[in-house]
Amino acid sequence: MNSLPLFRIVLAAIFTTAGQLAAVPPAGKVEFNRDVRPILSDNCFYCHGPDQNHRKAKLRLDVREGALEKKAFVPGNAQASELLKRLAATDPDEVMPPPDSNKKLTADQKETLKRWIQQGGEYQAHWSYVAPTKETTAPNLHPIDTLVQKRLAALNLRPSVEADRRTLVRRLYSDLIGLPPTSEEVLAFVNDTAPDAYARLVERILGSRHYGERMALGWLDVVRFADTIGYHSDTPRNVWPYRDWVINSFNTNKRFDRFTLEQVAGDLLPDANDETRVGSAFNRLILSTEEGGAQAKDYELRMLTDRVRAIGATWLGQTTGCAQCHDHKFDPFTTKDFYSLGAFFADIKEPIIGKREEGMPLPSPVETEKLAAFAAKEKQRREALEADTQERRASQGHWEETLASGPVDVPWTPLHPLKLHGDRGSKFSQNEEEIVTVLADGSAAADTYFITLKTPPGLTTGFKLEALSSESLPQKGPGLSPNGNFILNQFSIKDGDKVLKITEASATFEQKGFPAKLAIDPKSATDPKKGWSAFGNELRDSCLYVELEKPVEGERTLTILLKQIAGDHQTLGRFRLLATSVPAPIRAPAVQFPADILATVAIPSEKRSTAQKNALAKHFRAVSPEFASHRSALSHIVAEKAEFEKTLTRCLISVSTETKRTVRIFPRGNFLDETGEVVKAALPHYLPQPKIEGREPNRLDLAQWLVSRENPLTARTVMNRMWKQFFGTGLSKVLDDLGAQGEPPPNAALLDWLACEFMDSGWDIKHMVRTIVSSQTYKQTSTAPLQLTAADPNNREFARQSAFRMEAELVRDNALSIAGLLVPKIGGPSSKPYQPERYWENLNFPVREYAADKDENQYRRGLYTWWQRSFLHPSMLAFDAPSREECCAERNRSNIPQQALVLLNDPTYVESARAFAASILKDCRGDASKRIQWAFQRALQRDPRADELKTIRALFEKHLWTYKGDLKSADALLQTGLSPVPEGLEKSELAAWFHVARVLLNLHETITRA
Amino acid sequence: MTHSLSADYNRRAFLGKTAQGLGSVALASLAAPALLQGATSLGVLRNLPLPQKAKRVIWLSMAGGPSHLETFDPKPKLAEMHGEAMPESFTKGQQLAQLQGQKLNCFAPQHEFQKFGKNQTEICGLLPQIGSVLDEICLVRSMTTDAINHDPAHMFMNTGSQIAGRPSMGAWVTYGLGSEAANLPGFVVLTSLGKGGQNQPIAARQWSSGFLPSRFQGVQLRSKGDPVLYLGTPAGMKLEQQGADIDAINALNKQHSHLVNDPEIATRIAQYEMAFQMQASVPELMDVTGESASTLELYGCAPGDGSFAANCLLARRLAERGVRFIQLYHKDWDHHGGIKDGVALKAQEIDRACMALITDLKQRGMLESTLIVWAGEFGRTPMSQGGSGRDHHNKAMSVWLAGGGVRGGLVYGATDELGYAAVENVATVHDLHATMLHQLGIQHESFTVKFQGLDAKLSGVEGGKVLKDILT
Repeated sequence: MNSLPLFRIVLAAIFTTAGQLAAVPPAGKVEFNRDVRPILSDNCFYCHGPDQNHRKAKLRLDVREGALEKKAFVPGNAQASELLKRLAATDPDEVMPPPDSNKKLTADQKETLKRWIQQGGEYQAHWSYVAPTKETTAPNLHPIDTLVQKRLAALNLRPSVEADRRTLVRRLYSDLIGLPPTSEEVLAFVNDTAPDAYARLVERILGSRHYGERMALGWLDVVRFADTIGYHSDTPRNVWPYRDWVINSFNTNKRFDRFTLEQVAGDLLPDANDETRVGSAFNRLILSTEEGGAQAKDYELRMLTDRVRAIGATWLGQTTGCAQCHDHKFDPFTTKDFYSLGAFFADIKEPIIGKREEGMPLPSPVETEKLAAFAAKEKQRREALEADTQERRASQGHWEETLASGPVDVPWTPLHPLKLHGDRGSKFSQNEEEIVTVLADGSAAADTYFITLKTPPGLTTGFKLEALSSESLPQKGPGLSPNGNFILNQFSIKDGDKVLKITEASATFEQKGFPAKLAIDPKSATDPKKGWSAFGNELRDSCLYVELEKPVEGERTLTILLKQIAGDHQTLGRFRLLATSVPAPIRAPAVQFPADILATVAIPSEKRSTAQKNALAKHFRAVSPEFASHRSALSHIVAEKAEFEKTLTRCLISVSTETKRTVRIFPRGNFLDETGEVVKAALPHYLPQPKIEGREPNRLDLAQWLVSRENPLTARTVMNRMWKQFFGTGLSKVLDDLGAQGEPPPNAALLDWLACEFMDSGWDIKHMVRTIVSSQTYKQTSTAPLQLTAADPNNREFARQSAFRMEAELVRDNALSIAGLLVPKIGGPSSKPYQPERYWENLNFPVREYAADKDENQYRRGLYTWWQRSFLHPSMLAFDAPSREECCAERNRSNIPQQALVLLNDPTYVESARAFAASILKDCRGDASKRIQWAFQRALQRDPRADELKTIRALFEKHLWTYKGDLKSADALLQTGLSPVPEGLEKSELAAWFHVARVLLNLHETITRA
Repeated sequence: MTHSLSADYNRRAFLGKTAQGLGSVALASLAAPALLQGATSLGVLRNLPLPQKAKRVIWLSMAGGPSHLETFDPKPKLAEMHGEAMPESFTKGQQLAQLQGQKLNCFAPQHEFQKFGKNQTEICGLLPQIGSVLDEICLVRSMTTDAINHDPAHMFMNTGSQIAGRPSMGAWVTYGLGSEAANLPGFVVLTSLGKGGQNQPIAARQWSSGFLPSRFQGVQLRSKGDPVLYLGTPAGMKLEQQGADIDAINALNKQHSHLVNDPEIATRIAQYEMAFQMQASVPELMDVTGESASTLELYGCAPGDGSFAANCLLARRLAERGVRFIQLYHKDWDHHGGIKDGVALKAQEIDRACMALITDLKQRGMLESTLIVWAGEFGRTPMSQGGSGRDHHNKAMSVWLAGGGVRGGLVYGATDELGYAAVENVATVHDLHATMLHQLGIQHESFTVKFQGLDAKLSGVEGGKVLKDILT
């Protein structure tokens, strides 16, 4: 009840004075950028701005000459100015903005415009497009404090006092490493009276390897780092090494200019190496699709626009997305600028539709050695196969003679099916030629055919499957699907329970993407999209040849399995099986005797070119039985090496190709409209240009331009974001838009100072972090007197610090850390914390089960969480972690019931409370009050106040009483989570402490950085 | 882990016992309602510019892209031309998905159409139940969309943009109007799978709040496990123990708020109260055992079977409880092949349920204040794909609306004689959004939020128009 007055006052503060500072009509000189441009931009530029195609009455107000030419106003004479007359008009045809625009100027705004015209109607170049200048600051005061306090003095505000020492150390830990301090660490700082105690504390924390993790959070948002592709099936891709690259870059304090170069053009650097290439994964963090019906042109455009938006958001603080369809309405960014910026990325080698490649392998030193050993072995075996001897030449001569008659198939014996069975109920008929026909009415959409047969007397070295067409099949077959197709996902042979090994498969015809080899690849057996298909064969009949590793001797009863799981009746409608006894290799004639080899054989040997001779020798070794053991030895090592390579960490990287994609302007963003101008890579025309002559600029030029001293935007954009990390709001509150529709920073001098200092320091991030946290402005208390919150409710002037709820990842880290469960390992594959069952049920292609980690990965920091774009982990989502489908410079900071549900019921937090409770019992000796005090120290690094102690004690006793009478429930309660319950603790007591721990983990103070 | 609260738990008894804790929160919320916006449910639009015909929306998303040619748009001419080449005048230079570059042949409608309603409107004979309430339904045969692949097309249908990061319509509506549901989220999503096996993925971004505050995001109610994620108290814990903990958390937070001047604390306290209330109200909502036998028969579902019909029944229960925007996804409409059997199966799954929803709302006097929309993300080609199916198509699709002040029994717009493109009263997704907002009392052009420098709105930059002709 006694809380009411506080609520009333806060309410009054919010609703009577919100935005007061910003709305104050400027006294004295009206400043175009600060006072006038926002009004014109918001109300007029849409029709009278940079977009020439949409400009009304040919009047533009964003350029002074344009406004004067059309006599929009008369400098120095507000009375005679058309602009003001139109604003004041009542006739709906006259008044501006027109009624249907839903725009209206306030009286204050009209007054501002009037005074501006009266004072001469001067324009200024847009603030962020002009190079920042560094204001000279007093030598004895921190420059940040100087510039903040200068504004405060003008506004009649005073800075707040310094926060208490506990708050300071907690704040630094949260802001610089994202983990809470221990109570000992807090105490040490509280008791350190040396004048440089704070500076030493800052240095110590800055040296932590967790610093890089904390700094990575914001960066990973803005570059939209995620583990999955985003669209449709939202399948995984290999990019996590990039995340570790970001962490390491912050930890080694890589200069921001280099940090930029490596990301945008790490593959093009003169000193490019694996590390810089991993950085260049930045270019691959876009959304992509594997949807079957997706069109390349559509997605080529999507990918281009995705990249342009990323450069705009990450470095330039420019919203560029609208220029995909039309010139920017408010900023000078044109459609041509948009596509020209996109053209910088036209060299990146990548599939437009479909699965991304596996990426560059990143072997560890041990793995590198192993790779070298494989390579040496492979080389040795290859040389053994390729060696040129007199004997081999002679033997090749004989072989060539047998080829002279052209490609002939070896003799085949049709096999009589003893038994035919369809797993899903397909029915069959067979004829005297041993041809099997699948009965249309009995066929299933997907099926596995079992054909039991007997091999002929003598040796059987291989089999042939003839897929046969027929008038009775759809589109004449040979498949039963409406288009006559079939997909054979797996061809296998069983001798009883034993599976006979097949070494080779080839076919007379293969549909692109569905080669014969897939039909013997075990992975195809469960993948409907993988297998052999002969779709598109105009001859219709197609044959599959398989070679056995070991010949079958004599008459044996075998079962051949034809697995066809693609669905939609993509199954064989008519087929026949045959066997041969010719020694290996067993290949389709076209493979065994390719046309070019036959042509070469026809040339007299002395007239053959070296290339032809080599090709012939190579093919001879590839098919002649006498090399069988050599081939098998080589293929064995190649396979083994390939298996090993699959275990290596990989990362998508940028690879530049000579054949760049053509980039053209798509009118209104329509990818089917190819009438637009073809553009080359070029930088936005309205910004300072680098000198590049005689060639088209490339990504490296773009990267260098982004971090060039002349670029007025990058340093401001990055510093504005950094300010937000330490104060809760940017100096310009719109982090991703420093353009006309963003907010001119109230303290522009401060943002410019930071930007200049950042560049002067050589783009030194750590220097800037240190500079900011060393200021008195940073150290102020966040608990402000009411008159201050009333005067500046949103803390835009920084006469105090701000308190705000921690980021999603840090809420998790904080709980695990307090509980003692956190595994502080840096880097590695993304981790999978507990997640509600079937949360991924709406994912498909393929359907997926989430498998939570069962090892130490369960207890990793939040930033390592598997980032599934379409279904981000629900605990992360509840605390506003973005899905990273788009670049996100600014997260929401919401306060919703789902957050309560997560902290109360998510197994991660239940387990944390349990582990914390066990720690309270084990690590603290004493009565309940003593233990409560210990728990407060652990969670909040302070003692409980008397009222808190009373509330918690009562809660503890209530629960203890309940569990003493209900041990079963206590037992059940302690089951959540993988970590073991320590032995020897009394269960009812542990369960009661669980509730205490849980309450502490749920407190607003616990999840708030103050 | 998933001890849900029993439906008959006496919440009042609990509140009585712990009045000291939650009671004071309740008082605080009376004193400062605006501080508790997260918990209560006021929208930003306090004085609606237009009369509010519909108070809520039930949006039936038929995911995968239902064929208009096998559902609501009869095309005898297409049947005549079955197997013939599609005239090039229709298709030249058009977006196609999987049929790109292939030979295009006409493919006859695979099911007979029948006449229903007082205007004897023809719809597919597989939908007799929908036919029986056709006089309540306004059929739009001239809908078009911009996108042609599932994911971007859903995004366009839900947010008016193909770029991720925009708020979905449910978020927009609850942001504007708030919700009348005290203990439930204002925007609820339910999904069901079809039995045909073509269940296209749906991303959570389809019900995201985008750049609007997170509290307006859709909350998915699941038919198995915790209906709302993390709703169940930990194993071994009773509800009153959960209540005691929340009570202590709130008491400590309140004590903390005396020391620091942070309005977020009051919101936090209210959200814990809301979370606790949801632990009782959601299981009560999901428990349909109290529904009469005749109601269950009307919908034709078994309680909790996760079917589209069961979700329709839940939609009615949500509507009764004041939820503002209820979106159902029923998947498996992606008939690239086997469309004949595929649509027949879908018709079985949705026909009775759609009728039941309309009938049930009507008999409870709620149909007039509830706007029902039935729509896929795009239509399908009149051309054959692989001899038994149809490809994605954005030039024509059929959608229908019911209740909420739309004209029942009306057919609006038409496609050409082959069903390739909408040619009469061509409607866009932006128009559909504008019309929906209009019925909710919102002027779509001025319902904007500043985002990336633009006045972003649901009905898009290009703008939509209210389809006045379909309104009463």
